[in-house]
Amino acid sequence: MKVIRELLRRTLATFGLTVIAVIVVLAVLAPVITPYSPNEQTFDGLTLEGAPLPPGGAFLLGTDLLGRDLFSRLIYGARTSLVIGVVANGVAVLTGAVIGITAGFLRGVVGAVLMRFTDLMMAFPALLLAIVLAAMFRPSLWIVALVIAMVNWVQVARVIYTETISLSERDFIEAERSLGASRGRILIQHIAPHLVSTIVVWATLGIATTVLLEATLSFLGIGVQPPTPSWGNIIFENQTYFTTAPWLVFIPGVAILMLALSFNVVGDALRDILDPKQKGRG
Amino acid sequence: MAAYLLRRLLGSILILIGISLVTFVLLYLLPADPARQIAGRSATAATVENIREQLGLNLPFYERYLRYLGGLLQGDLGRSYIQRTEVSTLIAARLPPSLLLMGAGILAELLIGLTLGVVAALRRRSRLDQGLMVLSFVGVSAPQFVVGILLIYVFAYRLGWFPLSGYGTPQHLVLPALTLGFLGAGWYARMMRSSMLDVMQQDFVRTARAKGLSKARVILRHAVPNALLPIVAMVGIDVGILMSGIVVVESVFGWPGIGQLAWQAIQRVDIPIIMGVTLVAAWAIVIGNLFADVLALFVDPRIKLR
Repeated sequence: MKVIRELLRRTLATFGLTVIAVIVVLAVLAPVITPYSPNEQTFDGLTLEGAPLPPGGAFLLGTDLLGRDLFSRLIYGARTSLVIGVVANGVAVLTGAVIGITAGFLRGVVGAVLMRFTDLMMAFPALLLAIVLAAMFRPSLWIVALVIAMVNWVQVARVIYTETISLSERDFIEAERSLGASRGRILIQHIAPHLVSTIVVWATLGIATTVLLEATLSFLGIGVQPPTPSWGNIIFENQTYFTTAPWLVFIPGVAILMLALSFNVVGDALRDILDPKQKGRG
Repeated sequence: MAAYLLRRLLGSILILIGISLVTFVLLYLLPADPARQIAGRSATAATVENIREQLGLNLPFYERYLRYLGGLLQGDLGRSYIQRTEVSTLIAARLPPSLLLMGAGILAELLIGLTLGVVAALRRRSRLDQGLMVLSFVGVSAPQFVVGILLIYVFAYRLGWFPLSGYGTPQHLVLPALTLGFLGAGWYARMMRSSMLDVMQQDFVRTARAKGLSKARVILRHAVPNALLPIVAMVGIDVGILMSGIVVVESVFGWPGIGQLAWQAIQRVDIPIIMGVTLVAAWAIVIGNLFADVLALFVDPRIKLR
């Protein structure tokens, strides 16, 4: 609660939270507020020459190349972005945290092996690795989420590992140990609670990265597959006509930007609030 | 020093070998049968078997990996399924445009990012500072393909200042380089700002001011060079982000580099090419990191060797 109050005292973070809230509400209420089905090729959705309709008129944001309502596709696309953002990033953060804590707490051979593997995966460019994985499997919504998770856990693992190491060398942990606390108790009662704020920050920032990666994969044609709308694949489907129908590229483009931006500013503010060591930079 | 460099070099070589192992495992796990793909749809079972033997696909896992690694050391990245050409030949032909684009991208992001970072730090907490920091957030949150299409729309299609796409003249380079640098400029602006704020609080800056140097001289000769030190190491890490970026930027601008090669390979599921590009990119990242660390060591003697 205190954290949320702190967040709301910052203009940028408040803006970010508002945008996220609006997008979540729109996505949840999608069936209620969308005037058309996202895949419906409406009868009057194209001009007589077969061109998409510009924004305004019967279709709030215009129609796409197949005469589908852009507004409806956009709202359903928000579902795709949010589901992938939350699921893929959730899996990534969980995996990264487990690997980081395990390596940092056990150290020794296990820790070394885990961290060398993490370093190795870090050397791969995220997008190319995701492309390889997406090209190997038939991309569905869940496969895309999994691919992104397989790419994005690495940084979380690194950060949590460093944090766990530095925590376990602190005096209060040493004191617990000398008082005879078991390893399990130290881990759960004393180390894990201190990692929560780092995890929260990375979980928030990670959603921005995930949303962008999903959009990019879908734009390249190997993410979420049409007809399921995703902001990235709306641009992918319509990009060749960006000179005559620029709204089909720029409206979903702005949507991606706003969602990623919001999670970035909220994550950055959270880092400021939760990590006092970083304070005083503002 | 020499011991550190040697250890760092050995570590990098191990990572390079590890990377080859990961790409090999991915190839190995691939559901598609390369022998069948090379042979074509109408080939008989005997032909496919023949190709499989030629390629050594019937050998056990470790033996295939050793052959693959041996091939890599001789610059053999395998053959494209569809283009029937050596992947290494294809990549070598596409490398110069990509290097040019990356060089220009780095230049763009450093020029824009560092300048804005210094300005924001000097005008700390002003409207300008706040505006620039919001802008830097936009930079790191904007999808590169949208930035690229927007730049094409405004500066090529509407204003006609630059060509829509393609490769060849310096004009062709401007928009792709800006697109590639836009993301990094956001990062560098933020890092340079906080690095500058750190440096400006330090004693030597106060001393320089106290002995009567002009403010401009203190900033340009004392503060900025010192603030740049932690940034040097970032350029190495940046290579990875740029490698992902060129796939997107090259596909948007029709730039004939390795990113476009990978993108075209995606469309045809030509796995050896995608793998080859990934491998080359990963190796470039490791070498870039090594280079940046060593460079940082030379420019900043305070760095402790671990």
